[in-house]
Amino acid sequence: MSFSAVNILGTMPEIYLTFFGCVLLILETIVPKEKRSWLGYFTILALVFAMIASIGLNGKGLPLYSGLYIIDPFSNFFKITIYVGAIITVLFSLPYLEQEDIHHGEYYAFILFSVVGMMVMVSAGDLITLFLGIELMSLCFYVLVGLKRESHRAVEASFKYFLLGAFSAAIFLFGISFLYGASGTETISGLAAFISNPGSLKPIVIAGMILTLVGFTFKVSAVPFHMWTPDVYEGAPTVVTGFMAAASKIAAFAVFLRVFWVAFSGNRHEWDILIVLISILSMAVGNVVALLQTNIKRMLAYSSIGHAGYALMALLLPNRESLFALLFYVFAYMFMTLGAFGIVLMMRKKGVEGEEISDFVGLHKRHPLAAFMMLIFMFSLAGIPPFGGFLAKFYIFYAVVHAGYVWLAVVGIIFAAIGAYYYLKVVMAMYMREPEESVEVHMTPMGKIGLALTAGTTLILGIYPAPFVEYIKSSLALFVP
Amino acid sequence: MQLAMFSYFGSAILISALFVLYFRNPIYSAMSLLAMFMHIAGLYVILEAEFLAGVQLLVYAGAILVLYLFVVMLLNVESRGRFIQRQTPIVVGVGILAVVEISLLILRTRFYPELPPIPHPGVETLGNTETIGMVLYTQYLFPFEIASLVLLIALVGAIVLAKGKLKFR
Repeated sequence: MSFSAVNILGTMPEIYLTFFGCVLLILETIVPKEKRSWLGYFTILALVFAMIASIGLNGKGLPLYSGLYIIDPFSNFFKITIYVGAIITVLFSLPYLEQEDIHHGEYYAFILFSVVGMMVMVSAGDLITLFLGIELMSLCFYVLVGLKRESHRAVEASFKYFLLGAFSAAIFLFGISFLYGASGTETISGLAAFISNPGSLKPIVIAGMILTLVGFTFKVSAVPFHMWTPDVYEGAPTVVTGFMAAASKIAAFAVFLRVFWVAFSGNRHEWDILIVLISILSMAVGNVVALLQTNIKRMLAYSSIGHAGYALMALLLPNRESLFALLFYVFAYMFMTLGAFGIVLMMRKKGVEGEEISDFVGLHKRHPLAAFMMLIFMFSLAGIPPFGGFLAKFYIFYAVVHAGYVWLAVVGIIFAAIGAYYYLKVVMAMYMREPEESVEVHMTPMGKIGLALTAGTTLILGIYPAPFVEYIKSSLALFVP
Repeated sequence: MQLAMFSYFGSAILISALFVLYFRNPIYSAMSLLAMFMHIAGLYVILEAEFLAGVQLLVYAGAILVLYLFVVMLLNVESRGRFIQRQTPIVVGVGILAVVEISLLILRTRFYPELPPIPHPGVETLGNTETIGMVLYTQYLFPFEIASLVLLIALVGAIVLAKGKLKFR
């Protein structure tokens, strides 16, 4: 590889964020405790910088570092979505961290580093880079989840996530080594060329594919590998939960799609039955078990499992429609999930978080604005028409029907109808019953901005989606070197 | 010659791996594990992968095993008897299943690319450590940098999780 400046320029967003992350680690020791929130503003500034750099790279398709890193409209879309998610997370976290007494400066650095990990994931051109990206992101999350050290639940969640994450990483790496052993290459394009050979379907390749599938399904928390999700989502600080549920899942979907559509598309019929199975199981477990939850964080965790099931359906047929459906889905999903967690983290009950569904009873009387926002997010997650979640589900089912799986779309719609029940249960509790307990909503200007962003986007996505649709349509290009 | 070396190292690996399982005293198990790592390094040497052999010794024998011994010492694991008497039938069954599965996988796979004849260039080739160094800092520069970032995160993360609230700030 002859070294050229293009490589540096193409990875400028990553370099920015890494640099600012290191600066944050240093600033943390200098800035006095009362002024910690400046670190948050600094983080937002860093993310905006990186976003500008990424927007500058829009519309380009180039392989960097001899094909190990790919800049294309697809990865740029995911990067920008992740920046927005991180910015909203930081907006929410400013007062929350103070209340929970976990306002470390390292928190912001870890948010930035995990964003770098996700960026590496979404534009990785080979499986080693991809693996390192996943590890970078996961390591940050292991720490972020366990930030509340004196809380028993947080430590348990962090430890559980760490152990299971380590196992899934090992399984994923094992799969990569199988693929490498069979094909002699670990770049995605090389694997694609190898697998499209008719004679390549050896047991070892299939074993490698299944093991990588396991790694990805763990990261998107689809069903046979979802066990960690409720406990980790419940135990983690709520801002971190929101960030995990939104951004890390989106990044995992991006790599899932890139690896399976580009590298493994040669033998699509070998794996699409697996995807169908995982998708149905995820929808079933996610939607049915969520009915029984009383803790809203656990309920949202199961709901995110169900949403992984819907989004997985879009992976079935590699074409523009499915790609558009998935991109729209993750885009809408990110805003509504982040927003829902944002409301949850603002609920305070005598100094602790109000995270039971019963805490939402009669919220309408006490804080109409928060109740209305929650209504938007719940309706959108349930897929009820005037909001973004409806269109997202609509595009997914449309793509699935076009892929020739009409029955799967029917199954999905049935589960969506079941799922609507538990979302509406929260809305019922907020609007139809009288307030009982002394739960208050703790809103700050920054949190309000975050909520306005998420709720506004969810609303606009449903009412006037044209600009977003145009934007997503312009990023429907997977670059294959 | 090579076959003799391989059979020595291979059988030593098998035997020491079995000892790891059979000893009941964790220290003995760890020592058998050390013997196994040494012999695996020997296996790498006869494959002319001397870099891998060095890494094997440094990382596994030098770092991981020492860590393991530290944990054993800190936890003060007591041991009764020298050997484990027997395994449960499920474990034996799963073990046999795994062996059958892996051998099937290996037997039914025609590896690709079919091993090409080793080229004999006129100029003297670099050793494998040098080659890895060359590739690592040129072609795989990007993953290498990311790996360094992963290490930084691990370091800072461990401190964040381990330190209590600092009282003097």
